[in-house]
Amino acid sequence: MNLYTANHLQPAGGARISGNGAGGGTGSAPPSEPLYEKRQKIFPKSVKGRFRRFKWLFMVVALAIYYLTPWIRWDRGPHAPDQAVLIDLSARRFYFFFIEIWPQEFFFVAGLLLMAGLGLFLLTSAVGRAWCGYACPQTVWVDLFLAVERFIDGDRNAQIKLNASPWTFAKISKRVSKHAIWLLIAVLTGGAWIFYFADAPGLAFDFVTGQAALVAYSTVAILTATTYILGGLMREQVCIYMCPWPRIQGAMLDEHSLVVTYNDWRGEPRSRHAKKAAAAGQPVGDCVDCDACVAVCPMGIDIRDGQQMACITCALCIDACDNVMDKLGKPRGLIAYATLDEYDSNMAVATNGGQTVIEPARVRNADGSFVDRIRQFRWQVIFRTRTLIYFGIWALIGLGLVYALLARDRLQLNVVHDRNPQFVLESDGSIRNGYTVRLLNMVPEPRTIMLSLDGLPQATMRVVGITDVPGQIVAIPAEPDKAMALRVFVTLPPDRDRKLSQVPEFRFVAEDRSSHESDTYNATFNLPGGKK
Amino acid sequence: MSEKHVDEISGVETTGHEWDGIRELNNPLPRWWLWTFYACIVWALGYTVLYPAWPMLTEATPGILGYSSRADLTTEMETAKLAQGDILAKISQSSLQEIVADPQMNQFAIAGGASAFKVNCSTCHGSGAEGSIGYPNLNDDDWLWGGDLDTIQQTIAHGIRDAVDPDTRIADMPAFGDMLQTNEIRQVAAYVVSLTGTPRDVAMVEPGKQIFLDNCSSCHGEDAKGNRELGAPNLADAIWLKVNGEAEIAEQVRAPKHGVMPAWQARLSSDTIKQLTVYVHSLGGGE
Repeated sequence: MNLYTANHLQPAGGARISGNGAGGGTGSAPPSEPLYEKRQKIFPKSVKGRFRRFKWLFMVVALAIYYLTPWIRWDRGPHAPDQAVLIDLSARRFYFFFIEIWPQEFFFVAGLLLMAGLGLFLLTSAVGRAWCGYACPQTVWVDLFLAVERFIDGDRNAQIKLNASPWTFAKISKRVSKHAIWLLIAVLTGGAWIFYFADAPGLAFDFVTGQAALVAYSTVAILTATTYILGGLMREQVCIYMCPWPRIQGAMLDEHSLVVTYNDWRGEPRSRHAKKAAAAGQPVGDCVDCDACVAVCPMGIDIRDGQQMACITCALCIDACDNVMDKLGKPRGLIAYATLDEYDSNMAVATNGGQTVIEPARVRNADGSFVDRIRQFRWQVIFRTRTLIYFGIWALIGLGLVYALLARDRLQLNVVHDRNPQFVLESDGSIRNGYTVRLLNMVPEPRTIMLSLDGLPQATMRVVGITDVPGQIVAIPAEPDKAMALRVFVTLPPDRDRKLSQVPEFRFVAEDRSSHESDTYNATFNLPGGKK
Repeated sequence: MSEKHVDEISGVETTGHEWDGIRELNNPLPRWWLWTFYACIVWALGYTVLYPAWPMLTEATPGILGYSSRADLTTEMETAKLAQGDILAKISQSSLQEIVADPQMNQFAIAGGASAFKVNCSTCHGSGAEGSIGYPNLNDDDWLWGGDLDTIQQTIAHGIRDAVDPDTRIADMPAFGDMLQTNEIRQVAAYVVSLTGTPRDVAMVEPGKQIFLDNCSSCHGEDAKGNRELGAPNLADAIWLKVNGEAEIAEQVRAPKHGVMPAWQARLSSDTIKQLTVYVHSLGGGE
């Protein structure tokens, strides 16, 4: 039970009294009640309205991003793939438009995940469960599957009738075509996923002609199954029983978070015979108990029971109720996005601070307009300390990532000194040290990297396989987008005056002279008798 | 316990036992659990037939699939050998120069040679081929017999002073204690030291040089830079294989100590010797 239901009683009578001390709600179930609840089939009715329009729009955009992203091309030259978004697991590279990430730069992805997490906190504390209602893949795909169902079976009433009817040829053909389309969508969903991990056009051809890797087929099979089962068959049960997020959100919401709310301070006492009741002099609220809000709910709940865990705040009940209020000539917003703070304040007006049942007369003037004490939603509540702190941390991480991205090295150098032998005495008395130098050329272009020594003025080096002539600076042809391991021998000429205990420290310097990028690595040069 | 007791609330029979008024419901096992249990039994029966299971006196029943983890290992080793087959065949047919010139073969030979070196050679030469007194350092550029690929291969294959191998390399410095006076030996030692350092008594260098030219230069050369044909070491460089200082040089002149390296061609395949050669050549001193 969350914050919202704690303020409510069971909707037993017409009017309800607000207040915390007024009973425990559903807490004490009788022992004979079974623990297992059989699923009630839900047949959500279609609805038109501004939130529905927004949801359609969001769905189209979200699905388009998901299905089309792997097909966007991005020219990176001949040495890198031309797919804009690609997770190349075999080559261990992640491409995102102009950004290329190596495995050791995975902290960028970790940072993005942190931002996603904090962004969810921010979104939830500001506008409630907007993620659940609009953006969650489960919601988007269920919405799509419901649209298919309506297209085949008709709207709510036709669906209920069909469900109860015997298995005629018409019913069977409708069921077969519905599940076939669902499966097709599921296959396409699973199919789109694999394109993020390989060259999309090539993989599509291989996949269709049966030449793709087994893992591609099994991934598609698994995602097809999960899409079909979670989106088509299990639907709202995923949100209620499987997903941890609704439970976490109970802790994320506060009294200033926007949630879909039934404003019973103006709705109660509800009546199906409002005119008759009004004529009889009984108090009548705005709710005509038409159940339109219940019929459209994809979760199968009654929003008038108060805020509840199963509500994903898809706002379709707002559209349904607004349509009814428009027809009745009453102001919209009987079901609306509202904060608990504002709801409580309005409830206090309607019940005279919790001392009476809801009395419509208290909230309305004689002409039907609301009294001045009734509070309406103000968008300023979104900008409060909590959301600003979330936004601040979120933005700080974002700025940090952008800075790290701009400042990161595309040329890196790592040096490991030979373990054994630590040094080699040459016949002319000079001392040689061996190193393994890892040079990382992290751009998809071949470059010439100048490797030099800084701090060992007399020393020369020789790079195995590159040059046999000892020199101070060696030009290394670095392959595009590759790490290369070089064997480097550094030789210091004999010097009778050198103190044996001296262990000179110096730096390897790698420099790309055309782009002025460079990286250095501190190393030591070991001598006989030197400190080990 | 004969009479049945039924719980009033649930309508389920109890086990008949009672502890302080608490009874245990005798619900049947859930069907899914029961079927899982039966499935486990069927699985176990199948397993014991198919796979090694029952311990007998000497070994377990083999199972009709004939599975064994040792056979798995053998298969894996064979697969690994097969994977190396191509490049090993290529190495076997190539000359040392061809191997070094080909990056793939070179890399493979260095890795394989390093592995063989650790097993066979590191006992004397050290794990980093750094050597010690009496055992040459293979990293440096000072070679008794030569540091090019073919010479190294010859040395590894036939060894040094290994009587078993007719082609072994032999360098036998005579004991000059029988031919020279003690004083003359000291003088020649002073001269040898003077080539790269400062002897204790500079006055001994000049007579020492004459003695050197008379007795030692036939092998070590008039300039004392040695002779690889004979395996005579260069005495004018910074590297000393067996001695450290004037007194030890004198002792080596009087009664030389000689090291022995076994001929490896009898113990290692020619392919392994090729890989060892490439590895030793790659250490930094190869010519």
